[in-house]
Amino acid sequence: MFTLATFIILAGAWLLLSGKFDAFHLALGGISCLLVALISQDLLFHERKKGLAARCGEAFRFLPYSCWLLYQIIVANFHVIQLAISPRLCERELDPHIFTFKTRLKSDFAKFVLANSITLTPGTVTIRIDEDVFHVHAISRKAAGDLETSETMSEMERRVAWVFEGRA
Amino acid sequence: MLNIVVMGLMLLGLFFFFGTSVGIVRFPDFYSRLHAAGKGDTLSSILLLAGLALYNLHHLSVDAILVSVKILFIIVFIFIASPTATHAIMDAGYEARVKHWVKRKTPKEPWPGEERRRQERHP
Amino acid sequence: MHGNIADSAMEFFFILSGVLLLLFMFMPLYRAIWGPTVIDRLVGVNVIGTKTTIMIVLIGTLYNRVDMFVDIALTYALLNFIASLAAARFFQRHKEVGLAEDRAGGQSC
Repeated sequence: MFTLATFIILAGAWLLLSGKFDAFHLALGGISCLLVALISQDLLFHERKKGLAARCGEAFRFLPYSCWLLYQIIVANFHVIQLAISPRLCERELDPHIFTFKTRLKSDFAKFVLANSITLTPGTVTIRIDEDVFHVHAISRKAAGDLETSETMSEMERRVAWVFEGRA
Repeated sequence: MLNIVVMGLMLLGLFFFFGTSVGIVRFPDFYSRLHAAGKGDTLSSILLLAGLALYNLHHLSVDAILVSVKILFIIVFIFIASPTATHAIMDAGYEARVKHWVKRKTPKEPWPGEERRRQERHP
Repeated sequence: MHGNIADSAMEFFFILSGVLLLLFMFMPLYRAIWGPTVIDRLVGVNVIGTKTTIMIVLIGTLYNRVDMFVDIALTYALLNFIASLAAARFFQRHKEVGLAEDRAGGQSC
């Protein structure tokens, strides 16, 4: 079943990228997609416990999350430009420091999404993930926000948990 | 009408890219430079490419839609890859023990962490 | 080409934005050449590479051959990502990267 899903995704990519719809190219694409899907079926869907339906739910819940993320990126950019352009603000606000926090997320992909989201939101960048400890570099005290201070889960982590684990 | 939307998107993208470049030149250490690079680069690329994809739909046909979907594919890829590359570069610096720039503490205004640390030491 | 005013205005706009993009790319280039550490250079190169992807699509739009140039741009984006990852992984093992950092650490804002 996972092989079939991999095949469908690969075939979609082939159709998109080749742009030719005659029999020769379609057959070539079908054969190569089938081969790749058979050889590397365990690469794309790493976790086997989760079913396809749950994955579709994740993809569906990912859409509103990415809209929120886009809004956050725009805010982050205005923050960066503000810091970059005004000379005095840079001197006053900039106070870089590195902190760590522990996450409750289980799966690797959820951690990856959380790390990328931390990078794209204002003032914080993920440096590395050791198992479930995140090392984060924040550009100012204010930017670190509730990632640094909260005892349980920060707002972003709650959102990612909602997408991937289905709890609020 | 479409042209105005395209122009708006691309001008916004150029503006954000300008901010990113200035940030990369002006920020004091490489961690903060990566802040600018990771965020500004992603958003400005997304905006510029979205403008180009929209302009491509100018003459509507199957081929044009296919090309626009390809540009959308690049957008999605950059959206995933740019923060990941940022992590990789940052991790390399962290591993190589590059010190991060700390604000010079003037005696006049102690930074907020100082207060907290003193409180922790003498509770 | 259709030759009406809107099209030529858009063409002018695309040329202008390409030139602006090129001018703004000199600032990361400064970082890539004079950056105090190797990793600073890597940041500059990464940003320039991402913008080159856009430049390729822009050139394709100007020549009315986006269908061809978009594939090149996609490949370039993939290559740029892999190059950044590989260079970062390579310099991760080199502890002497941080040696030039005294100068950078003393730099003011």
